[in-house]
Amino acid sequence: MIEIEKVYKSFGKLEVLKGVDLTVARGEVVSIIGGSGSGKSTLLTCINGLEPIQSGHIRIDGTDVHARSTDLNKLRRKVGIVFQQFNAFPHLSVLDNVTLAPRKVLGMSRAEAEEIAVRQLSHVGLADKLKVYPSRLSGGQQQRMAIARALAMSPQYMLFDEVTSALDPLLVGEVLDTLKMLAEEGMTMICVTHEMTFARDVSQRVAFFHQGILAEIGPPEQIFGAPQHLETQKFLSNVR
Amino acid sequence: MFDYTFQWRQAYRHLPRMLEGALVTLEIAVLSLVIGITIAVLLAVARDSKSIWLRAPATAWVEVARNTPALFQIYMAHFGLGSFGIYLSPYVALLAGIAFNNAGYLCETFRGALRAIPQTQTRAGRSLGMGQAQTFRLILMPQMFRISFLPTTNQMVWAILMTSLGVTVGMATDLTGITQNLNARTFRTFELFAMAAVLYYLIAKAVMLAARLIAWRLFRY
Repeated sequence: MIEIEKVYKSFGKLEVLKGVDLTVARGEVVSIIGGSGSGKSTLLTCINGLEPIQSGHIRIDGTDVHARSTDLNKLRRKVGIVFQQFNAFPHLSVLDNVTLAPRKVLGMSRAEAEEIAVRQLSHVGLADKLKVYPSRLSGGQQQRMAIARALAMSPQYMLFDEVTSALDPLLVGEVLDTLKMLAEEGMTMICVTHEMTFARDVSQRVAFFHQGILAEIGPPEQIFGAPQHLETQKFLSNVR
Repeated sequence: MFDYTFQWRQAYRHLPRMLEGALVTLEIAVLSLVIGITIAVLLAVARDSKSIWLRAPATAWVEVARNTPALFQIYMAHFGLGSFGIYLSPYVALLAGIAFNNAGYLCETFRGALRAIPQTQTRAGRSLGMGQAQTFRLILMPQMFRISFLPTTNQMVWAILMTSLGVTVGMATDLTGITQNLNARTFRTFELFAMAAVLYYLIAKAVMLAARLIAWRLFRY
């Protein structure tokens, strides 16, 4: 379970998160929507401790992410994240991109790690690209590789940060299909997204962020069908 | 007005001795680069460190290495340390001086390369559970070497040619040292130093070729 409690986060004088509360249960898929600069992506980087927070708590299975005593490297094995920019490691082949962390962080043997990597890469449809370097892949393929790379660590939670925003419209579908597949397999996911159809079809709950505040959260039917908050209504009418 | 008679044959006879010297030159250059690159990586990390105790000495190293003559640095390693009772042989002093110089210059080259790697690479590494050091070693360093490859080759050539300064601290076994001695004995100045120049050129070319091969092998992407 991911528990986010009264989280405040600022970059210098700029307050990005102003008291966010959100709890995500095991097996749940939550989508976060909202305008640019509303703090959606920042929240994700706070959840896995890439960014510090000013106050509040984020707990993952009871472990406080931002407590001094928390071993973040260990905690991050549980929480995979995929970014908008795919962040492929350009100097490693697709296979090595995926086996690197299992080998160096989890201490697996090369054979073990490769077995898992091949399974994950086949899962996202890249079984024929193992020896290729990322520069030879399309954006969609790189993003699917990044997903396989995160999954190879067998995380219990996955965070997706606008994973289709940097993609050609033609390639968005293949990445969304991968996410759908994961959701159907029961992965706990928080997806920051601008893909409203995806948010509606895949998530159990949709959260709307506005200016650093979680303005409204509810099942997709409510958010898309009968939004309560004025800003949600405005946002959705502009998006459509 | 011009009564110098070239006597190439006489000079050629000394070629085997000079080749031995060339080998010593190559050895010092390669060692100074290996040591220099290793220290440069550490300096590059230290210079961007949060701790002043790491940053200050690293900055001082770079400042001295880049803003004083290489000759001074080799002198200090030999005569300077000698005044404190630390006696380094000409070979070691030359090696230390050039390695010191290489480390200072390459540190800045590497730092520039590190800046060119997107921050997001570090984030990707850390988010997979890798520690800071692991992320540097496995993700950043390989990319840093590739980005800085061409400027690094500059320093390689420079290091080879700088070894000729060893003659000023009494280095007698490298190419310049040997050529100097032969010259003192035979007075075939032009011929001998022309041959030495060609040998320096060939050493530089050989090191370049080796660097290219290593790069071709390592940077497949």
